[in-house]
Amino acid sequence: MAKTGFDIRKITGNRLFMPLVCLAAVLIVGGIFVPDFFAVSINNNVLYGYPVDIVNRASEVVILAIGMTLVTAASGGQDISVGAVMAVAAAVCCQILSGGETSVNEFANPLALAIIAALIAATLCGAFNGFLVAKLNIQPMVATLILFTAGRGIAQLVTKGQITYIRVESYKVMGGFIGKCPVPTPVFFAIAAVALAFLVLKKTALGLYIESVGINGAASRLIGLNSTMIKFLTYVICGLLAGVAGIVASSRIYSADANNIGLNLEMDAILAVALGGNALGGGKFSLMGSVIGAYTIQALTTTLYAFRVSSDRLPVYKAIVVIVIVIIQSPAFHRFMAEQKAKRAAKNQVAEGGN
Amino acid sequence: MKRTKKINSNTFLLMITIVLFAVMYIAGMIIFRENGFAKPQMFLNLFISNAGLIVIACGMTIVMITGGIDISVGSVTALVCMVMAYAMENKGMNAYVAVVIALAIGTLYGIVQGYLVAYLEIQPFIVTLAGMFFGRGMTAVVSTDMIAITNETFMAWAKCKIMMPFGSYNKNGEFQQAYIYPTVVIALVVVIVISIVLKYSKFGRKLYAIGGNAQSALMMGLDVKKTKMQAYVLDGFLAGLGGFLFCLNSCAGFVEQAKGLEMDAISAAVIGGTLLSGGVGTVIGSLFGVLIKGTITSLITTQGTLSSWWVRITLSALLCFFIVLQAVIASIKKKQAKN
Repeated sequence: MAKTGFDIRKITGNRLFMPLVCLAAVLIVGGIFVPDFFAVSINNNVLYGYPVDIVNRASEVVILAIGMTLVTAASGGQDISVGAVMAVAAAVCCQILSGGETSVNEFANPLALAIIAALIAATLCGAFNGFLVAKLNIQPMVATLILFTAGRGIAQLVTKGQITYIRVESYKVMGGFIGKCPVPTPVFFAIAAVALAFLVLKKTALGLYIESVGINGAASRLIGLNSTMIKFLTYVICGLLAGVAGIVASSRIYSADANNIGLNLEMDAILAVALGGNALGGGKFSLMGSVIGAYTIQALTTTLYAFRVSSDRLPVYKAIVVIVIVIIQSPAFHRFMAEQKAKRAAKNQVAEGGN
Repeated sequence: MKRTKKINSNTFLLMITIVLFAVMYIAGMIIFRENGFAKPQMFLNLFISNAGLIVIACGMTIVMITGGIDISVGSVTALVCMVMAYAMENKGMNAYVAVVIALAIGTLYGIVQGYLVAYLEIQPFIVTLAGMFFGRGMTAVVSTDMIAITNETFMAWAKCKIMMPFGSYNKNGEFQQAYIYPTVVIALVVVIVISIVLKYSKFGRKLYAIGGNAQSALMMGLDVKKTKMQAYVLDGFLAGLGGFLFCLNSCAGFVEQAKGLEMDAISAAVIGGTLLSGGVGTVIGSLFGVLIKGTITSLITTQGTLSSWWVRITLSALLCFFIVLQAVIASIKKKQAKN
């Protein structure tokens, strides 16, 4: 069996292979059934088309998925509070900008101050989760359930139960467009977050530390890693990123709607991590897999909208596709395929023996 | 000395839950005596408004004991209510048939989710997340409008009062008998049956064994996959039954119904001392978890001036207290084991 050069298994064996196939499958279905699915045009100086919509709308989930991947890898659990933390960040940001009014046409306080305060608030939420998980050894889902239920309450408390509107052009930039740039700003936020996370994980040993803590926390501690600190850090990062996503989401609708900003986005972020081929039990992780997973979810949503599926009924199709994708990636399915292959090989051998 | 040692973390957490509930309720009775909080009916209302949640929390406790989770129960409830309303109002079906359909939907949900979790080894969170999406979406497929139930048999069930041998006097000094609905009886029967099953049946003990350590359960010769599957089927059935009880309370089906019910059920179980890592938990605890949440809600609504977000924040603060308490107890036990 002297095969030279090209080996197909090198490609199919790559961790990113399955997630990419899933993304491609969704896009191909869209491309076949929706006319002009891949067409991108420029209307009113901005890019327009389904691909742009996918890349733009996926930004928040991409940003959240980075934090979620790290949290999952280090602690073997998920942070279900990120959607609520987004609402908190948005509420803090808008409340400072409006100075207590429900609708303003100019900033009451500088934009930078509001953003920094919002990010600090989000980071504090992350630190709270991190403290519960890393220091008190509470299971991630239970620990983050607290902020999951309290977060939107806190956000409403901050905005006094109102929807705060910031009708200022410079606030809409983060969810819209910078000047004459045709690419939507959220895309840049997503790219920057991914690039930064990638660089930090590749250039420092943090990625390796996170993986080893996730695989075996006790052993990591024995070889001198501060596993409590590393777990805590991943939650802080996750909170900070949720804050960024919250500001972007709030800028899109130039308001802080405590009940709806980031609603169910924690589920999408967790789904992105799972679709990226990452084990939800922690350990080895692939950041790029999660990012691809996030784009897959948005590609699916956009394709379904293009099919004129109503937003109420969308979850049915989403559920079916998700189940199909996770079954294909499940270990039981792989074993089944391997068995089938072995059977076929055995049959061939028998046939050859007959000759 | 021996006696105190016998109280394990399971019973200790349960005792804290019950004591906290009693303290909270008695405090409410003293503070809000004028608003009728001390009336027996007020206490029974806790059960009446939470009958569905109690049954669903029982199912949740069962899957949590195996180390799993089910976040689809809220959607299943919405789907069951919607299908029942649709079957009776738009298709003119018999109320009995509608109940059978409701229970069948729940059981089917359990079978599919159980198979995916147990035999295909997909994470329960992801499977039931998809189940949650599916249920909510299917509810919208059945109907996007709200359907109110007017079926005579069904309304007779919903309005059937069971009088209690005690009561209270109203402002005019007339005696009013306290009452409950049949939903409460069903919910309490479920709690009793499930707690007996968990405590004394082979199946119940298998659940704890698997949740404690699936690997050693397997080596002991237990069929881990089959037991897990059974747990999810039972949970699905209870979700269907809980949905039916929920429907008797709301008498309507609509898409946004029972949103966030899964988190209510999970937090009730956690307050009641069930661990998400599996192996520990009782349905009695979950019952008190539901009652504690119900008491806080009714305390806040009786008080009347607090905003809805304070309900959320207070509930979460309480949840936080319980979770931290559990963690502290666990770490103390660990230290004791080391010494």
